[in-house]
Parts: sequence; structure tokens; C-alpha cells
Amino acid sequence: MLGIKGKDLSVFLLVAMLALLAPFLLNPFPVDSAMAQFNAGYPDLMQRFVIFGIFAIGFNILFGLTGYLSFGHAAFLGVGSYAAIWMMKLVSLNIIPGIIMAIIFAALFSVVVGYISLRRSGIYFSILTLAFAQMSYALAYSVLTPITGGETGLQIKPGDDPLLSNLAEGEIGRANLFGLEMGDSAILRAGGWEFTMNVGYYVCALVMLVAFYLAIRIFRSPFGMMLRAVKSNQQRMNYTGLNSRPYTLAAFVISGMYAGLAGGLMVAMDTQVGPERMFWTASGEVVLMTILGGAGTLIGPVLGAGFIKYMENIVSKINSTVLHEWFAFLPDGMEDFLVTIFYPFVGKGWHLTLGLMFMAVVIFLPGGLVEGGQRIASIFRRGKKSGAGDESAKQETPAE
Amino acid sequence: MDQFIVQVLNGLDKGSAYALIALGLTLIFGTLGVVNFAHGALFMLGAFCAVIFSRLISLSHEIVDETRTDFLGNPMTVDVPYMHDIFGPELGASIIDWAVPLAILFSIPVMIGVGFAMERGLIKHFYKRPHADQILVTFGLAIVLQEIIKAFFGANPIQTPAPEAFTGSFDFGVWLGYDPLTIMYPYWRLVYFFFAAVVIGAVFAFLQFTTFGMVVRAGMADRETVGLLGIDIDKRFTLMFAMAACVAGLAGVMYAPIVAPNYHMGMDFLVLSFVVVVVGGMGSLPGAVFAGFLLGILESFASMPAVVDLLPGINQIVIYLVAIIILLTRPRGLMGRKGVMEE
Repeated sequence: MLGIKGKDLSVFLLVAMLALLAPFLLNPFPVDSAMAQFNAGYPDLMQRFVIFGIFAIGFNILFGLTGYLSFGHAAFLGVGSYAAIWMMKLVSLNIIPGIIMAIIFAALFSVVVGYISLRRSGIYFSILTLAFAQMSYALAYSVLTPITGGETGLQIKPGDDPLLSNLAEGEIGRANLFGLEMGDSAILRAGGWEFTMNVGYYVCALVMLVAFYLAIRIFRSPFGMMLRAVKSNQQRMNYTGLNSRPYTLAAFVISGMYAGLAGGLMVAMDTQVGPERMFWTASGEVVLMTILGGAGTLIGPVLGAGFIKYMENIVSKINSTVLHEWFAFLPDGMEDFLVTIFYPFVGKGWHLTLGLMFMAVVIFLPGGLVEGGQRIASIFRRGKKSGAGDESAKQETPAE
Repeated sequence: MDQFIVQVLNGLDKGSAYALIALGLTLIFGTLGVVNFAHGALFMLGAFCAVIFSRLISLSHEIVDETRTDFLGNPMTVDVPYMHDIFGPELGASIIDWAVPLAILFSIPVMIGVGFAMERGLIKHFYKRPHADQILVTFGLAIVLQEIIKAFFGANPIQTPAPEAFTGSFDFGVWLGYDPLTIMYPYWRLVYFFFAAVVIGAVFAFLQFTTFGMVVRAGMADRETVGLLGIDIDKRFTLMFAMAACVAGLAGVMYAPIVAPNYHMGMDFLVLSFVVVVVGGMGSLPGAVFAGFLLGILESFASMPAVVDLLPGINQIVIYLVAIIILLTRPRGLMGRKGVMEE
């Protein structure tokens, strides 16, 4: 189907299922129950899952396939966001032109950055991309204030009157797709459960599926093969008479365009942007997502993005009251003791959990969550048929 | 001309910090071949050593002072630091006042311990892994370290003043024959510069003039041969890691009065220090020191009002701009050796 087959097709269908049913799958607990805080099925968070999924899928095309570790990808996301918000402020509140402009601008910027940075490899490449991203951040924060709005960033304001949208006097424009407003949702109630189906989320999810499909095609194409050759031994590739630069540059620009797409979608959802989107910690975050999920695998970045955003939003909400409720069944001394132990890891300290988990993944599971899943699967399979699990596990790790 | 001197002086303290951190980074990279993204966190730990130490020595207990009374006429309770009990009020007070310089003594064993634990516990297992893995695991460690500090000390900067004797500024211009008040320079920044110079000198002297340092230099040049000569080079490299951690820690301790320590100060410095290392040339110790001062001073020149008027925003990006130019024109950095980190 659609030029992908076998295992890829099942992975694609799995992601499609997950994406389309996310409002239900992520809300497994009734609204009034004590577990309701683990529900992640609200539009804002679901949108972020898929948008960062797109960002990480794109990053994976560069890092997972070629092994070039860019520490400045957030710059492309930021450039895309600024392009999109200007389109929405000036031309049309329809999100399509904004997203297209976001991709174009991110592509142009990544051609420039990539052309210069790719002259070096290894840590030098990381530092060069980091330097470009930090420069963009610093400029967006200070000198480019007329374009970027400086520290406050840009929002859609009452005075904005886009050319193609007929707004009433003083009406604040809202992002839409041919009249379908991004903020609209249908709420489905069934028993104690409540499911929110948000227009914006489904737009993002469809875009993500298209992006994911393209990524699969890139992974399985001769071009993808070339990129893997760059990762495994660039020198040998050069000696055989192939110039690797055009391939790496193409990969860099493609992943920059994915970042721009993610940035455009972000603006389409919340119609605002600030320079902190380009700070190097944002670039670090997408690296974390890709590695945590499994660099070089198809589904890894999506998993990683979902996992980190879920942690960020859900674990950070747990406070000491919640912990006390959890351990209330224990004797008092025991309860306080456990709460004291767990408290630094949740709520505001969720970064600590993230850091520890990230370290554990890098140390024990260099292939990320995907490798973890494969290992568990192979243990089960070995129970049935000994030896068969190992081979299939090897086949599933394409970029190695 | 006086403007010129002012900017050089202003660049010195930041340049000293860059140089010290970059020196440690290069030591670790040159000896162990590990790209340590947690080095900024070590700098931050050093600064918090100063905080911890000054809190420790100002621990106090309450006593009732019969000679004074509070507004109700009752005898007043006052906090008396234990230092006053041990060393008497005058010496005790000055010990508390000199907390930051004294914290150096406290930080050396702490940082050596931290560095040792880090190398043996974590970094050791990453020698054979790709550089990307090393970057990632140390990046994770940096997050963990700064979150631990945040959990204990909170997210706000903690003011850690310099000793009374070094607060305020002095008139540097008078020494050079300028009118009074043209070039004012804070005492502590000068202290920091001299301190950095001493530490850098000590590290170089250690490597140059001791047998241990000679073996380490030989190991940096050709690890395998040194190993074949029957020298346990790993053990020495572990010590070098501890020493590099200590240098970063010392840089942090003394920096505490200049910028109040907060949990993310390490990350702020780390990014710039990496740029410094790359500009100086991966694996070159003099390069790291030179590039540290160079970039510190360039940064302060770029923030002169005249320059900012001419090229707005240049003060924010000058370091990165210089890094990009240098990396593209001199691929090995200013003083990089051949064959280091060239895939």
C-alpha cells in the first residue's frame, strides 16, 4: 500500500491508529477518579505530542541516518514559527499559507546553516549548529525586535487585519482551516469518561501522518541508503568516488523543513511565538526525544516525543498532596518517608527524573525505548522458539 | 586609550572563567578522549561549594545576652556563630567574612572526590563508545547534577559576597598616569584574574615539570606506547580527570561573588566554554587558555556603546561569529594539533 510494505506498513498503520484514537487512548480514566490526573487526552497536550513528534521525526532523518548530531535544530523551528505568525498576521488566518511559508523559510535558513556547518563533522558540526542557533536566539531576542517582537514575542492582536480574512472591526482573528476553527472541539461523554476531539489536534495528526509516511519513504529509498553509508563510513564512501556533501546537505535541509513544519503547526495551534523557542535547551530537548525513543528507527522519535511531553505535563503535576494520597494506606511514618523520597523526583523536580532516565537509556539501552521493546519481545519469543528472536531484532534496527 | 584598557580589564574576569573551564575540558579531552558536557555542572558545583561552606561556618546557636535587652525589657537572645566560640569573636568574624577564599580549601577535596567518582563510576564505561554517546550521557549527568542542586538550594541565585577587604572598586587609571576615576575596576575581579593565572600556571607547571605530568603528556601523545612501557596510564588519567574537575570547581568557587550562584550557571558557561575549546583547538591546552581570554575580551569590546551603535546586536553574537569564522578558516582551531578529533 502506498509504496510501503511489510513491517513498515504495520508500523505506519500502528502510528495512524494511535494518532487517530489518541483522544480515547490517552483518557483511560474517568474524570472524577483519583487517576484522572494521568489523563493526557486534552487538546493542548495532544497537539504537542504530534507536533514534537514531527520535529523529532525530522531530526531523526539527520541524526539517525547520517549520525550528524545537530545541537541547533530549534532555530529552524523558531524561524518557521516567525514566518507562520507573520503570514497569519498579514495575509490570511487560514493556516495553510502560514505552514507553507514556515517550511519555505526554514528550508532557506537550513540551506545556509547546513552549507556552512556541514563543512565540518563530529563535534565541530555540533558546535557550529549550536553557534548558529544561539546567534538566531540572541538576535531574535534583541536586535530583530521589530520583526520578532523581542522578549514578548508575537501574538495575533485585535488590530491585525489579514488581507484575505474578512474580520469585523476589533475582532481578534482565530486560526482556521477553510473556516474550521482550530480551537473547536467535540466533547463526547460516555459514563464517567469524557473524550475531547479537537479540530486542531486532528489537523496536526494528519500532518504528522503525512510527515511520517514521507520519512518511511526516505528511510527505504536509495537516498536513505546513501545517508546510512555516511554514518557507517564516510571516508570509504568518499574513496569510492561518491561526494557525500550533497546527500548530507539534503538530509539537513529536509530535517530543517520538518522543524519548520513543526514550528508552523505550533503557531497554527496557539497563534503565538517567542524567542525562547530557539534557545539551545529546545534543541537539546529534541535530541533527548530522539535518543530516548531510539535514533535511527522509524517509530522511536515519535515514542520519545510522546514520552517526554507526557512526563513534562503529567509528572510535573504531581505534588506532595497527591503523593500523600497515594501512600495514605501505609502507616504514618512510612507514608512520610516514602513521600520524602519520591517528592524530589516529581512536580518541579521532574527534570531530575528525566535526566536519570535519559542517562539510564544512554548507558544501558543505546537503541532507546525501541531497543528496550525489542529486547522484551525477544525474551518472550525465545520462550516459544529459541534463537528466532535475535535475528528479527537485528533486522528491525535499520540504521546500524 | 583609556576606553581600550577598560574593555580589556572587563574582559579579563569572564575570560579567566572561560579559560579555566576550557582548560579542564581540554585536559579531559586530551587525556581521556571524552567530550564532557557535564563540565559546566562541575563549575556550578564549585560555586555551590562556596555557598555550602559559607553556610557551614556561619552555623550559629542562640544564647541569652544579659547585658542587652529587647524592646520589652527582657534579656535579648542573640545568634552566636560557633566560629566565635572556637576562635573568639574577632577571628571568628573575619573567618566568616573570608568564607569564599577559605572555601577553596573546602572545595579541593570535594571536587577531587566528585571528579574521581564521576570518572570511575560513569565515564570509564564510555571510552570505547562514540563521541555522540559521551556527549549524551554527560549531558544527562549535567541535568541530574543541576536538578539535585536545585532541589536543595532552590531556583533563586544565592548571594555570596566577597570578603569586606575586596568589596568596592579601586582606581586603576591612576597607576597608569590617567586622571582619577577614569578607569575603575572592582577588586574582586582583579583577584579572580590573578587566581586564574595562578591556577593555570600551576596546571602547566605540574604537567611540564613533574614526572607524573611527563607521563600524562606522553599518554596524551601516544597512549598505547605508554601502556606498553608498563605504566598504568588509566590510573593517572583518572587523577587528571579529578584534577580537571578540581580546576572547574575552583573557577566556580571564586566566581561566586561575581555572579550569585544559581543552578543553571553551569549550562550558561558550558556552551560558551565549548566554543572556546573548539576555537582554541581541541586538545591544545595553551590554545584553550588563549582562546578563553581572547573571547572574553572580544565579548567586552563588542559591548562598547560605540560598537553596538555601529553593529547592533554584535555583543550578543560576537563569540559565535568568531567561532564560525575560525572553524571555517582554520579547521583545527587556533592552536589545534594535527589528527585530533578529525573524523
